[in-house]
Amino acid sequence: MIRRNNWADYAINALLMALAVITVLPFYNVLITSFADPAAVAKQTFYLIPTSFTLNSYELLLNGSYVGRSLGNSLIVTLAGTFVNMMVTTCGAYALSKKAMPGRNVMMAGVVFTMLFSGGLIPFYLTIKNLHLINTYGAMIFPVAVSSFFLIVMINHFLSIPPSLEESAKIDGANDIRILFSIVIPISKPTIAAITLFYAVARWNEWYHAMLFVTDPKLHPMQLFLRNMLADVTRMARDDMGAAMMSQLSQRYPDGLKMASVIVTMVPIMLVYPMLQKYFSAGVTLGAVKE
Amino acid sequence: MVNRKGWLRRAAEYKYMYILVLPLLVYYALFEYVPMYGLMLAFKEFNFAKGIWGSPWVGFANFEEIFRLNDFWIAFRNTIIIALGRLVFEFPVPIVVALLLNEVRRTGLKKMYQVVYTFPHFLSWVIVSGIMVNFLGTFGVLNQLLELVGLPKTNLLVDPETFRGLLYGSSLWKDMGWGTIIYLATIAGINPSLYEAAEMDGANRFQQMLHITWPSLRGTVVILFILQIGHTMSSGGGGFDQIFNLYNPAVYEKADILDTYVYRRTFSVGDSYGTSTAVGLFKSVINFVLLVGANRLAKRLGQEGLY
Repeated sequence: MIRRNNWADYAINALLMALAVITVLPFYNVLITSFADPAAVAKQTFYLIPTSFTLNSYELLLNGSYVGRSLGNSLIVTLAGTFVNMMVTTCGAYALSKKAMPGRNVMMAGVVFTMLFSGGLIPFYLTIKNLHLINTYGAMIFPVAVSSFFLIVMINHFLSIPPSLEESAKIDGANDIRILFSIVIPISKPTIAAITLFYAVARWNEWYHAMLFVTDPKLHPMQLFLRNMLADVTRMARDDMGAAMMSQLSQRYPDGLKMASVIVTMVPIMLVYPMLQKYFSAGVTLGAVKE
Repeated sequence: MVNRKGWLRRAAEYKYMYILVLPLLVYYALFEYVPMYGLMLAFKEFNFAKGIWGSPWVGFANFEEIFRLNDFWIAFRNTIIIALGRLVFEFPVPIVVALLLNEVRRTGLKKMYQVVYTFPHFLSWVIVSGIMVNFLGTFGVLNQLLELVGLPKTNLLVDPETFRGLLYGSSLWKDMGWGTIIYLATIAGINPSLYEAAEMDGANRFQQMLHITWPSLRGTVVILFILQIGHTMSSGGGGFDQIFNLYNPAVYEKADILDTYVYRRTFSVGDSYGTSTAVGLFKSVINFVLLVGANRLAKRLGQEGLY
């Protein structure tokens, strides 16, 4: 039965559309600033409709040595980090999905406990220091090797695989590791793909652990570099008395350059986003509420 | 219960599993449990030279010290206020939006809304705060518009009165879409024949929403609400990232939470490892109690808990 649109429909759509515009607007602003001529921006008559176009900011960005290096660091951390994430999480989840394994319940309790209680910042910092991970790529990879949330999602997934599959493989003489890699993983592709993408996004967005443990700027990932760049000038922008000083600093990191950096940092996420979408409902309901 | 005599033999059967789970266990041991032992620092006076083991015990002196600090109570108070604020302002929004989205008939449009709303969730707060400052800063778009209309310029980011509002607003902007998806997924699981039957009985859309959609959502809402309570100490969950990237000394009074307070004490004040750990421990304990209590509450209400 087809209903005709009534006033409620229009009202709802108007509201939803307004929300959509609000969501998009800041991105739009960032985008046009990144392509804008610094002079037009400085004149402060820079409306929402762009009046200039230049690739200047992007040239500056990509020619600057720090940015290229930071991007490279982010790439290394994302690739290596996601790899470690997936290896440890998948193997561990598979093992933990074997309910009859002696000690399994203790291990699960151990995992869940860490979701409720944590040691706090300082002991964490001291631990990393004692492991000699300070100022290494390792500091951005190993302390985040496992997300308890994704681990549980994966365990639940493995639990849903019919045991007959593995049993028949065992009868054919395969050992557990063979079963995992040759049978279980191939049929788990959707879940594995989803979790891989989520981990990858998390690694790409990494800045906190880098900030805590990596003081050497040569190793900074892009997000941390971005943060320093933004905090620098914006700290001045927040204080009206510093406005005069800010115009000098602006020369170092002009608005266009900042926005170009933001765009460049966002691009991988935007590329990956369409793939992520497919897995929203699946990944989320797996982890959230067990019906 | 399992046969005790046979467990060694069974363990041998699972030898490959133990190998597979080993890296995971190493991770948890090293990065989650070892730091917990470092918590004893909360009861010690940290002496750099002597390290954790050698530093002298001081009982609850660290706690007494921090309880006397004004800044600590400010941070504590803010943590609670902001958590409550999030419950009141942020929590209901995805539910409402999901209910509204559910009413959209054209799937293409519905999909488009979902795609648009959810995108900001995947960005880091570094990026989002950068965007926000660009928008709201002294030379930002908002002020340009205000200037245009003749109103005085504002700097919302450094105004203590508006900062919390900004927190809620920006958090919604970033994560509303993600929350909406969760609720939409639950709604999608509702049996359509329920709606058909209601329609034949003459129920209008609003009544259908009230009597079919909402009760089915209720379970999920309750669990998420209780989880949210359980994350109070972390300022409603994930608060640190946002607040840390957005705040500045002008708004500490209203926005400093326990997590950011600990961070500042650790790395700025220095020489206070003992007291900072004490704050962290205090926070963790309350957090733990809240989460366990919240989970029990969920179970008692007949819903499944976290574990």
